[in-house]
Amino acid sequence: MSRVLVGVKRVIDYAVKIRVKPDHSGVVTDGVKHSMNPFCEIAVEEAVKLKEKKFIKEVVAVSCGPAQVTETIRTALAMGCDRGIHVEVSGKDYEAMGPLQISKIFAALAKKEEASLVILGKQAIDDDCNQTGQMTAALLDWPQGTFASEVTIDGEKVKVVREIDGGLETIKISMPAVLTADLRLNTPRYATLPNIMKAKKKKIANMKPADLGVDMVSRVEVLKVDEPPTRLAGVKVETVDDLVAKLKANGTI
Amino acid sequence: MLLGKVSLTPALCTALRISPAFSGIQQQIGAAATQNARLYASSQAAEVGNAVLDKQAVGTATATKAATAKKAQSVESQSFAVNMFKGQINPSQVFPFPSVMNEEQIQFLQELVPPVSKFFEEVNDPAKNDSLEKVEDSTMESLKEMGAFGLQVPQDLGGVGLTNTQYARLVEVVGQHDLGVGITLGAHQSIGFKGILLVGSPAQKEKYLPKLATGETLAAFCLTEPASGSDAASIKTLATLSPCGKHYILNGGKIWISNGGLAEIFTVFAKMPMMDEKTGQMKDKITAFIVERSFGGVTHGPPEKKMGIKASNTAEVYFENVPVPIENVLGEVGGGFKVAMAILNNGRFGMAAALSGTMKGVITQAVDHAANRVQFGSKIHTYGAIQEKLARMAMLQYVTESMAYMISGNMDSGSKDYHIEAAISKIFASEAAWEVTDECIQVMGGMGFMKGSGVERVMRDLRIFRIFEGTNDILRLFVALNGFQDAGKHLKSLQKALKNPLGNAGLLAGEMTKRAKRRAGLSTGLTLQGSIHPELSHSGDLAVKAIEHFGVTVEDMLLKHGKNILHEQFVLKRVADSAIDLYAMVVVLSRASRSLSQGHASAQHEKILCETWCIEAYDRIMKNVKDLKSSSTTQVFKNMKAISAAVVENGGTVAPHPLGF
Repeated sequence: MSRVLVGVKRVIDYAVKIRVKPDHSGVVTDGVKHSMNPFCEIAVEEAVKLKEKKFIKEVVAVSCGPAQVTETIRTALAMGCDRGIHVEVSGKDYEAMGPLQISKIFAALAKKEEASLVILGKQAIDDDCNQTGQMTAALLDWPQGTFASEVTIDGEKVKVVREIDGGLETIKISMPAVLTADLRLNTPRYATLPNIMKAKKKKIANMKPADLGVDMVSRVEVLKVDEPPTRLAGVKVETVDDLVAKLKANGTI
Repeated sequence: MLLGKVSLTPALCTALRISPAFSGIQQQIGAAATQNARLYASSQAAEVGNAVLDKQAVGTATATKAATAKKAQSVESQSFAVNMFKGQINPSQVFPFPSVMNEEQIQFLQELVPPVSKFFEEVNDPAKNDSLEKVEDSTMESLKEMGAFGLQVPQDLGGVGLTNTQYARLVEVVGQHDLGVGITLGAHQSIGFKGILLVGSPAQKEKYLPKLATGETLAAFCLTEPASGSDAASIKTLATLSPCGKHYILNGGKIWISNGGLAEIFTVFAKMPMMDEKTGQMKDKITAFIVERSFGGVTHGPPEKKMGIKASNTAEVYFENVPVPIENVLGEVGGGFKVAMAILNNGRFGMAAALSGTMKGVITQAVDHAANRVQFGSKIHTYGAIQEKLARMAMLQYVTESMAYMISGNMDSGSKDYHIEAAISKIFASEAAWEVTDECIQVMGGMGFMKGSGVERVMRDLRIFRIFEGTNDILRLFVALNGFQDAGKHLKSLQKALKNPLGNAGLLAGEMTKRAKRRAGLSTGLTLQGSIHPELSHSGDLAVKAIEHFGVTVEDMLLKHGKNILHEQFVLKRVADSAIDLYAMVVVLSRASRSLSQGHASAQHEKILCETWCIEAYDRIMKNVKDLKSSSTTQVFKNMKAISAAVVENGGTVAPHPLGF
């Protein structure tokens, strides 16, 4: 019986049409609807299920960012996590924060909380990095089960069915370990209103990266953020021969 | 001259001075509304009129002068709507736009909205519910788990404990997606068990609310009967005290009961003969009861086949010798009519909230089509014909949404005086939603008419909103007569002052100046300055002018018709229409002012919504005001009476076919 850390990232809601800031330094986030990263929801659901099956004792939801991320933690608590940790990062640090900084925080917290599993979403829908789980495992020197579509706990081992190119790979790794959730792992539950009420009573601890001895300096500099190019108007051709001729003229074939 | 006229018509003021405000006027309205249909109705109207007069006589005879004065003071209403009938402005409830939630309540609500929205976007299938003619079982279970059946039940009794404003925000989401589900939820908590919540005893609350809040048991509101629709006071379901005195025995049948086939708990209205304390005579009075299906003798008919809201269950419910323990009387014995009206009044803002969501949804669909559909080489939204539609749709939604949250805010800050506003919001919302959805279909053309777009279902679902929970026609009478009642009181106090002009010189001088100025077309000093944002001052001036003219018209109508105003439904309708337009003006003035003051990104957009609304509403009000004074309109009313009488006489249209056969 043990403890699971789950990462929950606050991202721009998947249904929102993303707009780039006029100065191309990033995307517009003010007044934009945010919600929990969908892959993080899957991670939360898996952790809560493991708890319901009594494989683990406690689920701790962790989010890094400004005050608003506590809303995301509250959602995780309403879904069934037991308590939350808000690692406060704001201003420049928050803007520059990437997978490496988050991994350091999770590695530090995993040790501090004596977690036997860290479950993360395979990637976030905003930056699509797909690195945090892998980096966290590396920093901790723990085994990793990434892109999980099935997780079974068997004593001190975890059996993970992974979604890989061309099929499924089943591996067995020892705990403690880091898992990342793929799309088909489960269908996350909805936070019900009564559970949202109960979640209000659950505790969210607040700390800073410095409390964990984590250096937040980023080595990555974002030069420019652009909208995807708009699709140009096409041309109509009369015959297949015309088409081939056009394609040749364009150097496409 | 005017004041002289007042003193000539003391009867009207007496007739209109009714308390308690509610039951009296509602009975009158009910009786007046059905007078054409039923013989006894007119006698009932007369009877109610007399009762009102009697009550007034008793009151005047017994009360000392001081007591009367005190009473007059205590009933001074804070309601904007009540005051506008007197040609007065009381800004306290409408300016600034209410913001009643504290930090914690806002945060809680922000957490509640996303999962509810997500549920309706991803799980609930309105088209499937519509074709199944029931809410899918799995959806129903999820809604129960979700807590959607006990939104306003206190948390310690197992509910979510929402304020009216918080509730409004969630039902808006429901209304945006599925009105059939909305009615299932609303029939349960907005009317089904609302009585227990509002007037139930602590024991009744503890016994029933926890199971109702989780949806373990469903509730239904049973008022309507085959021969008793708008005229709710005429119900025939009978309650008689059992010989042992421990039960009431209920007998009767109710029709068109939402959730009637699903409910376990019923709020039932039944009459019983009671001794009238004042007259000593036996008289039928209505009492509300909490009836459990398990009491025995409760049965229901098959689900009705309907035009819309098919997903919600509607059925007849029969009560045959149902023993109801005396502790299940809801409210006071004989006080059932008040209970029914309190429940209905309390729930009306919810319809405005739900329908503002509905409108939001269909506007999105219309806009999506207009922004992408190309005809004659251009996107159709570039054409004026479509632009006017989209603009009107946006305005109607803005007004409805503003009304819903204005009223929920007033209710949350403890106002008890919102019945006119609530009725206005129900009328406005149901008609606005109808128009917006109709225009959405028009913008979408053939596409909108196809089932696949889902808008035709919304249109069918919407139709009932102009009919149920008080038809809009009856509610218009309700709005006008309630307004007249207070305006009548105001006249009465002037009339009293006239009897002792020296002692009331100040009051009279003030009134005389006001009237003189009004007649001369000068400003009477009424103003909304300070309440509204300076950028909206022109719209504010229009509202003030409209209120002045409206107040004069109300007074004129009172003087002209006296207590017969009760029967002047052609007049009442136009007065109500003006009242609705006026309240709408003020509500959007308040909201747009707030947005301007707070510098919202949408403030300039809201400003033009407000300005446009005010210009057009002002014109409509002035037309009504003018019409009510004009002899040609009087002729139109007479003609319409005659046409209607002829058509009824003939059993249909009268003129022979133009072809002669």
